[in-house]
Amino acid sequence: MSALQLEGLRKSFGSLRATDNVSLGVEDGECHAVIGPNGAGKTTLIGEITGEIAPDAGRISLFGVDVTSWNVPRRALSGLARSFQITQLAPGFTALDNAAFAVQARQGHSFRFIADARKDKRLREPALAALEQVGLADRADRNAEALSHGERRQLELAVALAMQPRLLLLDEPMAGMGPEEGARMVEILRGIKRTMTIVLVEHDMDAVFALADRVSVLVNGAILKTGTPREVRDDARVRDAYLGAGAH
Amino acid sequence: MQLFLEQLLNGLQLSLTLFLLAAGLTLVFGIMGVINLAHGSLYMIGAYAGAYAAAKTGTFWLALPAGLAAAALVGAAMEFIIVRRLYARDHLSQVLATFGLILFFNGFIAWSAGRSPLLIETPPQLAGFVEVLPGLRYPAYRLAMMAVGVAVALGLWWMISRTRVGMLIRAGSDKREMVEALGVDIAKLFTLVFALGALLAGLAGVMVGPIRSVQIGMGEQVLITTFVVIVVGGIGSIRGAFAGALLIGLCDTLGRAYVPMLLKSWLSGPLADGLGAALASVIIYLVMALVLVIRPRGLFPVSG
Amino acid sequence: MLNRTNLATLLVVLAFLAVPMAATWLGTNYVITLATRVAIYGIVAVSLDMLVGRGNLVSFGHAAYFGLGGYAVAIASFHLANDVPIFGWSGTNEALIAWPLAMAVAGLAALVIGALSLRTAGVYFIMITLAFAQMLFFLFVALKYYGGDDGLSLSTRNLFAGNRITDSRTFYWICVSALALCVLLSWRILNSRFGMVLRGAAASERRMAALGFPVYRYRLAAFVIAGMMAGLAGALWANQNRFVSPDMLSWVRSGEFLVMVIMGGLSSLVGPVVGAAAFLLIESYLSGATEHWQMIFGPFVLLVAVFAPRGLWGAVRGKDRQ
Repeated sequence: MSALQLEGLRKSFGSLRATDNVSLGVEDGECHAVIGPNGAGKTTLIGEITGEIAPDAGRISLFGVDVTSWNVPRRALSGLARSFQITQLAPGFTALDNAAFAVQARQGHSFRFIADARKDKRLREPALAALEQVGLADRADRNAEALSHGERRQLELAVALAMQPRLLLLDEPMAGMGPEEGARMVEILRGIKRTMTIVLVEHDMDAVFALADRVSVLVNGAILKTGTPREVRDDARVRDAYLGAGAH
Repeated sequence: MQLFLEQLLNGLQLSLTLFLLAAGLTLVFGIMGVINLAHGSLYMIGAYAGAYAAAKTGTFWLALPAGLAAAALVGAAMEFIIVRRLYARDHLSQVLATFGLILFFNGFIAWSAGRSPLLIETPPQLAGFVEVLPGLRYPAYRLAMMAVGVAVALGLWWMISRTRVGMLIRAGSDKREMVEALGVDIAKLFTLVFALGALLAGLAGVMVGPIRSVQIGMGEQVLITTFVVIVVGGIGSIRGAFAGALLIGLCDTLGRAYVPMLLKSWLSGPLADGLGAALASVIIYLVMALVLVIRPRGLFPVSG
Repeated sequence: MLNRTNLATLLVVLAFLAVPMAATWLGTNYVITLATRVAIYGIVAVSLDMLVGRGNLVSFGHAAYFGLGGYAVAIASFHLANDVPIFGWSGTNEALIAWPLAMAVAGLAALVIGALSLRTAGVYFIMITLAFAQMLFFLFVALKYYGGDDGLSLSTRNLFAGNRITDSRTFYWICVSALALCVLLSWRILNSRFGMVLRGAAASERRMAALGFPVYRYRLAAFVIAGMMAGLAGALWANQNRFVSPDMLSWVRSGEFLVMVIMGGLSSLVGPVVGAAAFLLIESYLSGATEHWQMIFGPFVLLVAVFAPRGLWGAVRGKDRQ
């Protein structure tokens, strides 16, 4: 069974075909990278997978279940976690609070009105574990907006991990990171990748080739090629459409 | 049938008055992102300035320019002194600040003009009736009001789709840098648009003078109806404001005329009277609720 | 820990406790009447802050639930006094039945209005909550049977567990207790799992949805809770004045409630209560000084909105951590 299956996905904005008949299967346990030049339709594709954007046509399945008509929260609860390219952390809340939100979400409904959530061990301990996983435990009590850019990216990942997802969708986790921070993120992801299925949308080619089992190339809203990193790197069309253009 | 046609015309007349207010409000919100509760105050100021000029000079034809000028000037001053400090602020601050303005204007009018309602005389040239259809006589003044409303709608449409100012307006607030790069003084443009909205509100205020009393609080009542109009139409859209105004104006007028009557044919006694009146007065809100269920962003949603 | 915030909270509590003594010392009951109103408006302000301050849901129609609560009590009392049953029930004068009923009525209205309004956001939400409140306002104006424009008088205050509460001090303590309960409840709610979702959604709605929270439901629940608290306040207000009128639901009232919250300080539990006190003191002073007090109060509100959006409590809190 594939973790994520896209079939004939289409989405247009006016005359722009943002997603043009995309079919894609992500196997359970693999790390599947989606690359493509700017404007290739990656953001739209992520929106369609998470449920923020409704496709004009096509089907989306998660672990064999058709989720095309499901909204964002429902897909999340079925095991899909995503990180945001531009961090969407809650300001005014600590790093630990932010991770605890994710723990809280997977522990059933939150119509609990009396007990103090910040003193709830069932929330705090798993949240702290997620922070430890990305090496952010010593920042637990810092407010999210007081963290450095790199730390916020790490927290973004920790929040997704705290959901204990079956499928992790990472939207440019290296965005805006320096080489050192980037290398650290690659190390963290290398550790995670053994435990869950990952869809990695990324610009940083070194990271993609270091992490991905398979790579799909998105150009003008359509999948140009799917294959192992080596196959993709050696493909002449890919080089023309993307790697060549991206190298300048 | 004749009664129905007359009610239809009344409905259209209300629609066009609402449109004058909704157009200004929706322009200001669409372009500057400001929610201006004091828009109704500009309507009131137009009406009071008109009533004052009419009382002093004895003619409606001087009341009209006086009302327009007063509303536009107060509007421009309001933008220049206060509203421009609110562009970058959240809606809550805007709501609160313009709520303060309403209180001030209401207090100011009560202090300067007293609390008793005023009336503007209908201009003698328009005092008669016109036979619109055989057997259907309709007040000339109301027909003139409708003509003005239609003219304003056409004028706005022309301005927005055909002129340079209109292009800048369509560019909208999110493309502020682009508009500035074209060498346009955005601050001046905003003041201008705000004054234009105020002018339209003032126009509505003066024109309403001869058919309804001019009094404190007139602005807020119509403002809330105007909110319903632009919520139904889609905030920021002039087309939506027009469609919303038509829908709400007609529903309100026809509802008030016919709902109590219809209810009486089913129920009887004083309960039907009370219920009919109550239902008629809330009908536009029910229309709004219905639109919200079907199209939460209004009939003509503005993208983005 | 005795930081500035806690010290100020303590002062507010002491002030409420000292009111009856102050009244005796000054030899006037007006102090108690005013303080009772502060407690009642305080309840509304605290409930509104749950929406505006914590939930970032700017409801401009909160007076509707306040008014509905008042009317529920008044209408029950009207049917009891005139011996005309509503659906076979001729109303009750017992507060322990009438007040929860008032809360239920207000909560039900909040459920329906919230369900529609929360489909939208931002400026739409502001206008729609305002419009629905205006709808209820016109509804009561049109209901001549219940007094229409002129309002409806209560022949007597409700009985509280069978006891008369006509004594102003007794009634004051009831109102202050209700306020204390509402503040405590809000405090618990806002720190609970539910409160975390509500506040998290205000900080980043997209994030909360992506984590799997159906944000709409939580907001609707908060809207209903706030509506019920406002309904309770309305029931108390109707008892204090033995009178209700459509004015209770007017948009001006909704605006004033917002002013209280901002003036006191958003998201601060005690701040809105202080805001209610400040508002009532200013109103009572200005309206005594001049008939045209709104001419002074309006610009004051404007200045608060532009220059002091953190309110009085923001100034108290100073550098204290939230």
